[in-house]
Amino acid sequence: MSMQSDSPNVSSANASSATVDPAEIAKFSKLSAQWWDPTGKMAPLHKINPLRLSFIRDAACRKFERNAKSLNCLSGLRMIDIGCGAGLLCEPFTRLGAQVIGVDPSATNIAAAKLHAEKSQLLIDYRCTTVEQMDPRERFDIVLAMEVIEHVTDVGAFLARCAAITKPGGLMVVATLNRNWKSFALAIVGAEYVMRWLPRGTHQWDKFVTPDELTKHLHNSKLAVTEQAGLVYNPLADKWSLSADMDVNYMVVAETAVAS
Amino acid sequence: MTAQRGIVIGGGAFAGLALALALRQGLGPDVPVIVADPALSLRPSRDPRATAIVAACRRLFDTLGVWQAVAPLAQPILDMVVTDSALEDATRPVFLTFAGQIEPGEPFAHMVENRHLIDALAERAEAAGVELRATAVVSYESRLEATSVTLGDGSVIDAALLVAADGARSKLRERAGIATYGWDYDQAGIVVTVEHERDHKGCAEEHFLPAGPFAILPLTGKRSSLVWTESRAEAARIVALSDAEFHRELEQRFGLRLGEVKALDKPKSFPLGYFVAQSFIGQRLALIGDAAHVIHPIAGQGLNMGLKDVAALAEVIVDAARLGIDFGQADVLERYQVWRRFDTMAMGVATNSLNLLFSNKSTLLRSVRDIGLGVVDRLPPLKELFIRQAAGLGGEVPRLLKGEAL
Repeated sequence: MSMQSDSPNVSSANASSATVDPAEIAKFSKLSAQWWDPTGKMAPLHKINPLRLSFIRDAACRKFERNAKSLNCLSGLRMIDIGCGAGLLCEPFTRLGAQVIGVDPSATNIAAAKLHAEKSQLLIDYRCTTVEQMDPRERFDIVLAMEVIEHVTDVGAFLARCAAITKPGGLMVVATLNRNWKSFALAIVGAEYVMRWLPRGTHQWDKFVTPDELTKHLHNSKLAVTEQAGLVYNPLADKWSLSADMDVNYMVVAETAVAS
Repeated sequence: MTAQRGIVIGGGAFAGLALALALRQGLGPDVPVIVADPALSLRPSRDPRATAIVAACRRLFDTLGVWQAVAPLAQPILDMVVTDSALEDATRPVFLTFAGQIEPGEPFAHMVENRHLIDALAERAEAAGVELRATAVVSYESRLEATSVTLGDGSVIDAALLVAADGARSKLRERAGIATYGWDYDQAGIVVTVEHERDHKGCAEEHFLPAGPFAILPLTGKRSSLVWTESRAEAARIVALSDAEFHRELEQRFGLRLGEVKALDKPKSFPLGYFVAQSFIGQRLALIGDAAHVIHPIAGQGLNMGLKDVAALAEVIVDAARLGIDFGQADVLERYQVWRRFDTMAMGVATNSLNLLFSNKSTLLRSVRDIGLGVVDRLPPLKELFIRQAAGLGGEVPRLLKGEAL
């Protein structure tokens, strides 16, 4: 399972700085409510979200020697979520004390994210842009590319940009879908056609990336994989859990070499 | 700007105070935890009742740092005798005995007087930084992202979650429009504390008399707490009797084992019923304890159930908060409801069947249940399973009930 960058099905008004009229605000507010309704269209994402959050939090707490039980465990860490949607990762990590920048190419997503952050009383720096368009001098302790590389045209170039904005001694976390017969059956046929978790056409199977390919791309950008895990769904318990099985959904933690 | 909004708990009895304390320990000092209850001004508590604290709940109190204060005032139940008798029977055949330990050195349950426990909980909660407000929650208004809670003193709190811990006749449940279903038993429980001639040696007795169970639960010293079931009309008659007449009724049921018996306080009668709330949650609202369910006290599981709610809700909230998730949102509350509701229904059905089975004069039923109890008594694994269930250690157990900190 994975997210289309601007679901739920609203055509993306791309990066523009036009002034927003009330009808637009109503639309963003509706979109924001859809994104954030754990029982609505985005229910599958809400189901998997705690697992993604804990995987990232635990990796960060190990790396930066924080106590994962503290409600401020990420305080002071600068973090970017690339392809942030309406902020389902940005808000939790902000609550845990991180200074979070969320970027997304969809202006509607960014507007929805901003509206919700305001209601949650959280300060988050949302920007309607892409990592390629960002100031190349920006640096982050933690760079998240969750379910985005299967949507980009050049994975190698994209990851190189992500690596460039990762601080020496920083972390990068990538989540994506493996490419094999099983992921075709589960992520395309299962998630899009049988369960209808995602709109049809959300994913193109040939753009999925195998763990080996991902590791190679990261290596080319001077990043070493330190941790990896699969995410598996148990339909009986309606529960996601971490697993050694990386055949379909998987996540990878990579670290930069410490500057010598 | 705080990262997470706070929690308001309406109701400061066992469940409300224990939840506040558990949340404070799990969440740390940054998230405000407020308990609102007009009864908090009546300290020390004057509640005359006593409660059986089963092992799992004792572990929870231990983890919350409350048990230490209560332990010297608690009477361990070292043994349990169950008999099935008619009132006129000269002797009461014993069908079931329990050696009272679930682990070496850990008794199956303790009897504690409510006032000791309430005072210890309130004291400890206050010391841990829980805000105790001696006023009621008068209204609240939930939105998608928060709830505005208005207290009796006029203050308004913008909270992530409101918890209804305001008892069986919960006003907050009513305000949320959450219906209950269940039924009244035509029974009432008479509660009285007695003093007796001989030492009870930590033995609890439950006599299944035709009108319903008559329980003798040991307190510290040569004292016991009685929970005595009668039809409502009979109960009303009995509590209205003169001291001397009441004494005769008492002697007739109390048996001879503990010698001369004397009531230490005025007997009080409580109507018995069973109900479960149709939902344990609402928008930015969670129901715990008696606000969510009341069961027949036949198996002594009422408080146990309430504390299971506490342990499950605290765990779900703390786990969400540690992931930065807004813990008042619908999917988090749903996890609590799924965890607790099935268990509650099952317990309700079980206690109801027990009551039907035992509050009955039918000779046939009496033979069936006696054979049943006899079989249980002779099959150690089955008996152990029953004891573990009764001690609150069956099913998917929340961490606090296993004695683990959150």
